[in-house]
Amino acid sequence: MILVENLYKSFGNAEVLKGISTSFEKGKTNLIIGQSGSGKTVFLKCLLGLFPYEKGIISYDGKIFSKLSEDQKRDLRAEIGMVFQGSALFDSMTIVENVMFPLKMFTKMSKSEMEDRADFVLKRVNLPDAHNKMPSEASGGMQKRVAIARAIVNNPKYLFCDEPNSGLDPKTAIVIDNLIQEITDEYQMVTVINSHDMNSVMEIGEKIVFLRHGIKEWQGSKDTIFKTDNKAVTDFVYSSNLFKKVRQMYLEENE
Amino acid sequence: MRYLHNTGRYFLMIAEMFRKPTKWSVMRTLILKDIDDLIISSLGIIAFISFFVGGVITIQTALNIENPLIPRYLVGFATRQSVILEFAPTFTSIIMAGKVGSFITSSIGTMRVTEQIDALEVMGINALNYLVFPKTIALMLYPFAIAIGMFLGILGGMAACVFGGYTSLEDYVLGLQTDFDGFHVTYSFIKTYVFAFVLATIPSFYGFYMKGGALEVGKASTTAFVWTSVVIILLNYILTGMLLG
Repeated sequence: MILVENLYKSFGNAEVLKGISTSFEKGKTNLIIGQSGSGKTVFLKCLLGLFPYEKGIISYDGKIFSKLSEDQKRDLRAEIGMVFQGSALFDSMTIVENVMFPLKMFTKMSKSEMEDRADFVLKRVNLPDAHNKMPSEASGGMQKRVAIARAIVNNPKYLFCDEPNSGLDPKTAIVIDNLIQEITDEYQMVTVINSHDMNSVMEIGEKIVFLRHGIKEWQGSKDTIFKTDNKAVTDFVYSSNLFKKVRQMYLEENE
Repeated sequence: MRYLHNTGRYFLMIAEMFRKPTKWSVMRTLILKDIDDLIISSLGIIAFISFFVGGVITIQTALNIENPLIPRYLVGFATRQSVILEFAPTFTSIIMAGKVGSFITSSIGTMRVTEQIDALEVMGINALNYLVFPKTIALMLYPFAIAIGMFLGILGGMAACVFGGYTSLEDYVLGLQTDFDGFHVTYSFIKTYVFAFVLATIPSFYGFYMKGGALEVGKASTTAFVWTSVVIILLNYILTGMLLG
């Protein structure tokens, strides 16, 4: 479990995160949503330790991040898988080399064991035949799946995804969402997804944290988000007519 | 104030580069790849420039010796001194600041822009050790490239001298042997090792800590070239004063 208590982060005089407290549980897909500029990427980067924060506590299964030494932080990060918005694949390596990279760095596996494991995760993300392609030869959706394969290849305890659906068509986006949910359940990871894709919210939002102006405005799940009367949440989530109608139908059905 | 900040940050980067080393099996591959990218791929341009600049030094010297009392072997002597003391170690390093330096800044800078460095850090890898250390070790072979440059510079001078009819081969060789001081070669290699470290670390610094997008990668490459050249020139002055003064 990842626990966040009273987190503050500023850039100069601009306070970006203002006392956020929440928790992210094991085996659940936790979504951080909010408008652009609401602080969700900063929040995610604080969770990952890429941004230092002024005040607050972030703990990974009881280990308080700010109290860890640099070496302990690096050891903890070896248990983290991350899917970046732009995939962040190493462009000098083939797809299979990208996937095998965490194994090369952190395990004593033989080459054949690493290849077997890479084969397994590439099949798991439905990319059985892409091994020797370079990242530049892969489509956006394929790159995202390779990034997911690389993130899970070393059996991480924590999986972070920054806008995993950005730049993808709706069909591929659903495939990626379902894949993340399946592997979260399968490997019992703590998964935190940064998103402003409302389809993702409705599909996989087992826990949703809504940020607004650096404050945690609301938290709930994909079921409770239909019923909330928080105006900021409903304005954001049901900004399109389609989602307004979907919500209306849901509320009518459940009355 | 910004210069002080950057200087401090540069030395912190160097200290951090040696912490939490990457697994040797991975590091070995990175070093070999960087030797190929930074040294082997530069040999052609170093050889080409050295050969022809050696020739130009010889022609210029020969054309400026009009007094019949000045011995003709001075052409070989002047070429040797110019190539070994300054051209091969210093001016080749400035050319390499453009070639190798901008390659290092742009490759590391692109990794920063595309979040590949963040990916390394999130995985718990010391990105500075992973990216900068192998380049620094690879460039420790740079003096070998400079030795080739010295040899070809003198050879280019000989070719220009003999085929251009400026002086005889015997006079040129006599000039090469006259008052030869082995320490000049040692001095040249000491400088080259220092410049190699500068060539690896300053461009890496500007690539690693850059912010922004593709445009900023270009700007960082230019800034890295300027500062690498400035530091090489300054260190050349200091080292010459210390070692030959």
